[in-house]
Amino acid sequence: MSESQRPYDGPPDYRVVGQHGVYPETSHDEVARFNFLAQMNRHLATKVMPGVGEAFAGRIEPARKKNGETYTSRHEVRKDLVKDPMFQWWSALRRATMETRQQAGRWVTIRQADDLNTKVQELTDGDTRLVLDPAFKQPRSTEAIDHHCMPGSYYTELVPGDVTGAANYDAGIFATTGGMLGRYNDGGGVAVAQWVKKNLPDFAPKRILDIGAGLGHNVLPIAEMFPDAEVVAVDAGAPMLRYGLARAKTMGIDNVTFMQGDVSQLDQFEDQSFDWVQSTMFLHETSYKTMPMIFKETHRLLKPGGIVLHVEQPQYTDDMPFFEQAMRDWDAFYNNEPFWTKMHEIDLDAWMKNAGFGADDLIHGGVAAVVDADVFPEAAKDNEQEDYGRKAAWHVVGARKAS
Amino acid sequence: MSGGLDPLSLAGAKAKGKRPWFFDNPDTERVMNITLALMQEVAVMRERLDTVERLLERDGSVTREAIETFEPTKPEANERGAMMQEYIARCLRILQQDREAIEQPQEASSEDVAEEFAKTD
Repeated sequence: MSESQRPYDGPPDYRVVGQHGVYPETSHDEVARFNFLAQMNRHLATKVMPGVGEAFAGRIEPARKKNGETYTSRHEVRKDLVKDPMFQWWSALRRATMETRQQAGRWVTIRQADDLNTKVQELTDGDTRLVLDPAFKQPRSTEAIDHHCMPGSYYTELVPGDVTGAANYDAGIFATTGGMLGRYNDGGGVAVAQWVKKNLPDFAPKRILDIGAGLGHNVLPIAEMFPDAEVVAVDAGAPMLRYGLARAKTMGIDNVTFMQGDVSQLDQFEDQSFDWVQSTMFLHETSYKTMPMIFKETHRLLKPGGIVLHVEQPQYTDDMPFFEQAMRDWDAFYNNEPFWTKMHEIDLDAWMKNAGFGADDLIHGGVAAVVDADVFPEAAKDNEQEDYGRKAAWHVVGARKAS
Repeated sequence: MSGGLDPLSLAGAKAKGKRPWFFDNPDTERVMNITLALMQEVAVMRERLDTVERLLERDGSVTREAIETFEPTKPEANERGAMMQEYIARCLRILQQDREAIEQPQEASSEDVAEEFAKTD
């Protein structure tokens, strides 16, 4: 019995996560490890990270001003931050927690690799909704570095037919977000689907393309909301796609095809063949060279009147303080998200126009993760933590292609 | 079954991309990483002990299978969550104090005050 009578405001117990048919099994202690990591992330965000802001306001910026200098970029702020013990401790603990989360999830999934891989193989073998390309070459943006410190990234296969990387990604999101994305880590997808229903009530897509779909956790709510639509989820990683199809099937969602591909050149699809192209927290994992190609492909693939929506963390605008920009850059430099920094300074409207979309056809909005509020913390109501770059609240940039 | 893979060594594998170090002395950061891992394992033991206590209260006996399949009720999960919050706050106390110290950069030390209090004139 806890001695404390404080009202509890922390993450829920890991045991509330959605156990779909290919979810890895977890022992009591493996669950306890995820619980600790979720609590640790929450503590770092609410109790330690605010200290970085206090150190910046209390001693870092004053020291610079004393020398008669001001900040002219987020990079200058970061170079001063890294010398401060509060930033060093928060960062060292955050990085260590991230690495520990990977270790915890990889242990769970690799120890049962045989069972997971067999289960997924049985569910996907001969299914035409899994389209893999054995000759596929990983794009540089995927291959250069293991994104968010996930060893092997989205594509490595430890054995033929391996899905452990995907299962690790799926099983560990709870620990990183403290449940902010809901039972099936799909709070972002649910939010997008609801946003479209509300803001584009007459929109009835027949064919939907999700680019950088991963294991499809954000596209399934869209597929569910439009059950008569044909949905194609494209990703570079075969393990994600295999696991994604198996997962979708056990969740009773049957209108999604999982296809391996490079989303900057989708020659397999004809011009004007989709009503909706969606990306959710994906653009930051591309590159400055490929993003315009992706935007152009999107424009080519859309039917007249079709929509494209990109969901991302907010851009670094002129009215965002350099300190906030520097904090948001943390994942770029210290959590293997290298394009995160440049991507967030791009004028997305200009790039959309360059890709062929009309200035009057651009779409802007905001969404926050939609979760079962009885069980999970709601990002939209969470004013206690900002957790720069991690909060489950995003910006939407998109366009409706001229008819 | 792990299919011939060694889950222990693969679990702790390094991600591709040179690791950043934040402390001036990387050895300090190594020790911090080991301490954090120990913090995690103590948290795991504490949760397991709590499970055992609750099972004993509920059933009067405990089996390993009962531990593995234990599902806390929401109030129970909240109590365990609160316990974990308290545990982490205790372990990371020094960082809380570092934060509080930022607000008092000119704070006198006890040694300073000792000198002041020892003045005879």
